[in-house]
Amino acid sequence: MSIQSWTYILVGITFSIYIAIAIWSRVQSTREFYVAGGGVGAWANGMATAADWMSAASFISMAGIISFAGYDGAVYLMGWTGGYVLLALLLAPYLRKFGKFTVPEFIGDRYYSNNARLVAVFCALLVSFTYVAGQMRGVGIVFSRFLEVDINTGVIIGMLIVLFYAVLGGMKGITYTQVAQYCVLIFAFMVPAIFISIQMTGNPIPQLGFGSEISDGSTYLLEKLDNLNVELGFNKYTDNTKPLIDIFAITLALMVGTAGLPHVIVRFFTVKKVADARKSAGIALLLIAILYTTAPAVAAFARTNLLETISTKSYSDIPQWFKKWENTGLIKFDDLDNDGMIDYTNDDFNELYVDRDIMVLANPEIANLPNWVVALVAAGGLAAALSTAAGLLLVISASVSHDLIKRVYYPEISEKGELVAARISAFFAVCVAGYFGINPPGFVAAVVALAFGLAAASFFPAIVMGIFYKKMNKEGAICGMLAGIGIMLFYMLKFKFDFFGGGSSEDYWFGISPEGFGSVAMILNFIVSFVVMKFTSPTPKKIKDIVDNIRIPEYE
Amino acid sequence: MKSKDRNNYWRINIKYVSILLSIWFTFSFLFGIILKDFLNQFTIAGFKLGFWFAQQGSIYVFVILIFTYVRLMNDLDKEFGFKNNK
Repeated sequence: MSIQSWTYILVGITFSIYIAIAIWSRVQSTREFYVAGGGVGAWANGMATAADWMSAASFISMAGIISFAGYDGAVYLMGWTGGYVLLALLLAPYLRKFGKFTVPEFIGDRYYSNNARLVAVFCALLVSFTYVAGQMRGVGIVFSRFLEVDINTGVIIGMLIVLFYAVLGGMKGITYTQVAQYCVLIFAFMVPAIFISIQMTGNPIPQLGFGSEISDGSTYLLEKLDNLNVELGFNKYTDNTKPLIDIFAITLALMVGTAGLPHVIVRFFTVKKVADARKSAGIALLLIAILYTTAPAVAAFARTNLLETISTKSYSDIPQWFKKWENTGLIKFDDLDNDGMIDYTNDDFNELYVDRDIMVLANPEIANLPNWVVALVAAGGLAAALSTAAGLLLVISASVSHDLIKRVYYPEISEKGELVAARISAFFAVCVAGYFGINPPGFVAAVVALAFGLAAASFFPAIVMGIFYKKMNKEGAICGMLAGIGIMLFYMLKFKFDFFGGGSSEDYWFGISPEGFGSVAMILNFIVSFVVMKFTSPTPKKIKDIVDNIRIPEYE
Repeated sequence: MKSKDRNNYWRINIKYVSILLSIWFTFSFLFGIILKDFLNQFTIAGFKLGFWFAQQGSIYVFVILIFTYVRLMNDLDKEFGFKNNK
């Protein structure tokens, strides 16, 4: 059977499963819509969190990025996993005990202020819209590459599916489709990785194969990769290219940002009890770690494969897959010296352009794996993108219907009315996300770092101080969040968009790039909060009692 | 529950969190980034050690840390007699 028929079959089966789950999990109350009724088990929540977290970027792009960045890729590996330690130890159990529906709700109630709530809603919407645009685009790209439909058609199909289960089933529908999506995406990622590991090193476990000797026994894979890289004029694969201070800052910003992302935090509102919040954070990270420890192995295999099969080979002998992906524009060869050979180097004589996404998308073909494995990658990519998109859409809809309508502008709204409002806002959120998927703003890639930076600069400090520091008052928290977001936006606009005089990497403050600046903005948030708190009125007794109560797992 | 008990529970929790977060920092930021070049002199199972911590080891440590915390806190909840559900 052809790759395309396999893709239709696998995508068809997985989509039918998602729709069946949506019909089964229709909801009738806001509590079910926002937090799945608080009745999700620890394992189900762990799987749902893992799928929620691993986006199109983790599935399709990450291994490719690492493949070109070598050691530097560690910022994503550590940054996007280490945040779960912060989440499990500092946030999840207490937010579960607090037991409401959204992150802005915690901030608004803990800091006894609707202004704090509004600042938090603004951040939640900004972060989530930034992120969701990329997901819908990812759905379109996977559709267009594997099923040869138009990208826009792909985006619209994706929108309809998400619309169906998010509007019908809210958090409950999303949770159980995410469980299914985790299974699909992890299977789709691991199967090709295991095949390739066996091919290259004889070891079926990619995490070990990555450090093994290559199949002919001449040398270790990583040593060979270091040498190949150096021969072509690149840095050693295992050495850093960015300065270590920047690597430190980016890793920290991504960790803290992960712990502060509303669509991740809100998953921990759905479990039955405090102990389950802790446990499901551990399960989520375990399930995420399966992909995240495999990705660097895939990166190293793919890079070695690419350098060996393409570099300094004659274009006329090139394998079939190269020509196929050339049509999509993801690989480009420009024979500058007209010698018919592909010269891949780190200088002006380079003749090969390779898009990083190809390392996962074309990997099974490069390694000559069976057609069904190639099709599996398409189903996995869609599962990764759809699950993350759904989680983000729920945050957007809850911010509007619950935080803005119910808690600020129209508190008299009935339960039924709020549920309708939630569904309508989910509908509009899907439409806006779809619009950005079809007309992607050029700045999507640039602002993903902003999403993490903003989450790090706003939510993380406000929530941590809200739990661990009873004295922190509303004035401190609001000023801290505004200062954090303000400086983050300033730095991003200056260095990514050339506002305020712009600047190049030599002008970075402390040598830290905009991707890592969330760390600095977070520290500023803490400092401003403390200083402002010192000069303003203390936290009311009632609030201190609430904090005392969320610190203890028992309900009275 | 008496407020003395509450304070005790919270104090022990903070102690656990501080210890676990210093291990978190050591294996990721210290071994994976700051001491990376030094550790790269050593090779284990085909990996330069600093590189391994940055791309593999730190992630395994993160998983172990969370499950350790789960275990410690479940025991602590039991010791203080929290029923831990609604």
